[in-house]
Amino acid sequence: MSHKIPAIQTDYTMKTNLPPRTTRLATRAIWLVVALLGAAAVGGIALNRGETLNALWFITAALCVYAIAYRFYAAWIAATVLGIDETRATPAERLSNGRDFIPTHRWIVFGHHFAAIAGPGPLIGPTLAAQFGYLPGTLWILFGAVLGGCVQDMVTLFFSTRRDGRSLGQMARDELGNIGGSAALVATFLIMIILIAVLGLVVVNAMKNSPWATSTVAATLPIAMIVGLYMYKLRPGRVLEGSALGVTLLLLAVAAGGWVDGIPGLRVLFDHPGLTLAFAVIAYGFAAAILPVWLLLAPRDYLSTFMKLGTIILLIIAILWLRPDIKMPALTQFTDGSGPIFGGALFPFVFITIACGAVSGFHALISSGTTPKLISNERDIRMIGYGGMVLESLVAMMAMIAATVLDPGVFFAINAPAGIVGKEAAEAVATISSWGFPVSVEQMNLIARQMGEATLFARTGGAPSLAVGMASIFGSAFGEHLLALWYHFAIMFEAVFILTTLDAGTRVGRFMLQDLLGNIWQPLGRTSWYPSMLFSSAVVVAAWGYFLYIGVIDPNGGVNILWPLFGISNQILAAIALCVATGILVKSGKLKYVWVTGVPLLWLVIITSTATWQKLTSDDPRIGFLAAAQSLSDKLASGMLPPDKAAVAPQLIFNQQLDAALVLFFAALLWLIVLDMLRVCARHLQGKPVPPLSEEPHQPTQLEQAWQRD
Amino acid sequence: MATRLTHGLSALWRAIRELSGDDGYERYLAHRAANHPEQAVLSRRDWFAAQQQQQWTGIKRCC
Repeated sequence: MSHKIPAIQTDYTMKTNLPPRTTRLATRAIWLVVALLGAAAVGGIALNRGETLNALWFITAALCVYAIAYRFYAAWIAATVLGIDETRATPAERLSNGRDFIPTHRWIVFGHHFAAIAGPGPLIGPTLAAQFGYLPGTLWILFGAVLGGCVQDMVTLFFSTRRDGRSLGQMARDELGNIGGSAALVATFLIMIILIAVLGLVVVNAMKNSPWATSTVAATLPIAMIVGLYMYKLRPGRVLEGSALGVTLLLLAVAAGGWVDGIPGLRVLFDHPGLTLAFAVIAYGFAAAILPVWLLLAPRDYLSTFMKLGTIILLIIAILWLRPDIKMPALTQFTDGSGPIFGGALFPFVFITIACGAVSGFHALISSGTTPKLISNERDIRMIGYGGMVLESLVAMMAMIAATVLDPGVFFAINAPAGIVGKEAAEAVATISSWGFPVSVEQMNLIARQMGEATLFARTGGAPSLAVGMASIFGSAFGEHLLALWYHFAIMFEAVFILTTLDAGTRVGRFMLQDLLGNIWQPLGRTSWYPSMLFSSAVVVAAWGYFLYIGVIDPNGGVNILWPLFGISNQILAAIALCVATGILVKSGKLKYVWVTGVPLLWLVIITSTATWQKLTSDDPRIGFLAAAQSLSDKLASGMLPPDKAAVAPQLIFNQQLDAALVLFFAALLWLIVLDMLRVCARHLQGKPVPPLSEEPHQPTQLEQAWQRD
Repeated sequence: MATRLTHGLSALWRAIRELSGDDGYERYLAHRAANHPEQAVLSRRDWFAAQQQQQWTGIKRCC
């Protein structure tokens, strides 16, 4: 074997083999300092009013909270609740086939797992949630992650590893029954559709009327294809050479975008309104879904992974180097639900808006997908499952910092849709300044000019504001004169991996649909049959394309509608994963530890049910889907709407009603699976028959001895 | 000191190659040689095509 895995002393072995007394005292003293420092930092953030707060406080608080949670809570869950057994052979060892089941070093698995779970979500959610002020989002990112998201990822990874790497849907079916299994599958498919639509909307809004951004993003397509041809035809399998070539070309494309922007003849080719770009993204999504993976999807993924890791590391270094001051207040008046970026009060909408970075149900699909098939020893599960999510939470903290170091007036001017603050610049700054966040037209024009954009007003979706935040941080740390380059670099970086998620998601959606259709008519289930592939790809693209289209024509920017829908569906998927875990804990006779997954589950049920209720019944058209439909149809009936708006109004009304039905369906799915889980648990506790635990029997690992020998 | 540095750098390089999948074909050959030495192996290009196809059939990227 070429793998060398050193036998590293873990916490579990330390228990039986105690170090000398002085070392133990020193260790305790260090952890006490970490605890006090963390408490001081969290307290400082939470209680600070009026004084300028430095970003270093956020980093200190985050690192201390993560360290303590990882060292104590995660270690306790691993050892006591789950019963990690390092003598047990993992599926990677037992089923090793050199293809998907491969025992792999834990740092390598950690890298793969993190690259898989960290997408654009943790960057966008905190940016939007910053409208409540820095405090609510920050606390939720910290504590939601260590008590909820990390636990979900780790227990799902553990249970899947004990079950030959089976998927969440299969585990739900095995452990709870057909109802739970089907609910998990349907929820996964729908969340994929909503996710792709909202991410598509983010990209479209970032490129809208921006020739520089559009030409750079467009250039990523031929670049990915060049890399694909290089890796497939020219030098097969030379991933690093191909990626180095691709990253170089991407950086050149960012600079070339500025050149395109400066030439009027070229400029018009890339200067498009949102709707044109939306159709371009939809056409692209379809093409990407039917092209061979080696040509577009795979090479783009290599590039986006390198860009993602590189940019995150760069952002962390820049923030540590620069230590910027936070300019956003701790809490804004928008906690009452009147926020311009999305409607809805602090509770429950901060918890819905920030899903990725605190609790993300999607991670359960990765933790029960490729990752469990690589784990070489169960003791790595804490580091990969819990630790991977800790790192994603840190990324979300960086996004929160990047959003809150902007002047609040600038932040709101970029993120508030024209439908709320007004179309004209003077009108918008007047509205925003009247909220107590002073901003001027000159200031906005100056920033737009520095960033190489025509305007930064109402650039909703989170990506432009994050890019301005990142550019100002990078610019101050590494050179002010490059602001426009940094801005477009940040836009390109976000777009590249949003488009990767879009391709990959469409493809997965297609497979799920083909699987489903195969039950109805067998040939449709053959994944490589061309007509079936075209048909199912078209259905998936049409589904998300519809929501993207409606989002683009919505006068309030669409993010206000789609992002909460995405948050709710993602949290419901998390609740489903926690239901499966809770059911397994109860059935394994671990009722006294059931709160470990039960409390986060309860919290998710509360916030998603409350959010669903408000989305259905609120009288405020900015919160309630039905109220919005009603208000729009009233306006239409009374002839108050100008002709262009009246033309699209029936579609918008229908869409609001569709969104209401969708969110109701999500909540029904959630309650179905929660009640099913409770039924299974109750039957088990009464001694009645339930589906048996599907854990694979213990087999002693041979790997450890082999590694210790060489 | 110098040997430790080169040692560390080469370990880092190996990790980067493994993480990116750059050494995937070599690992495939090693796996085949260890477990199925009697069977023929795929060419580099065929292996890469099969590996890419297999890699992108499940959920591999998240939000």
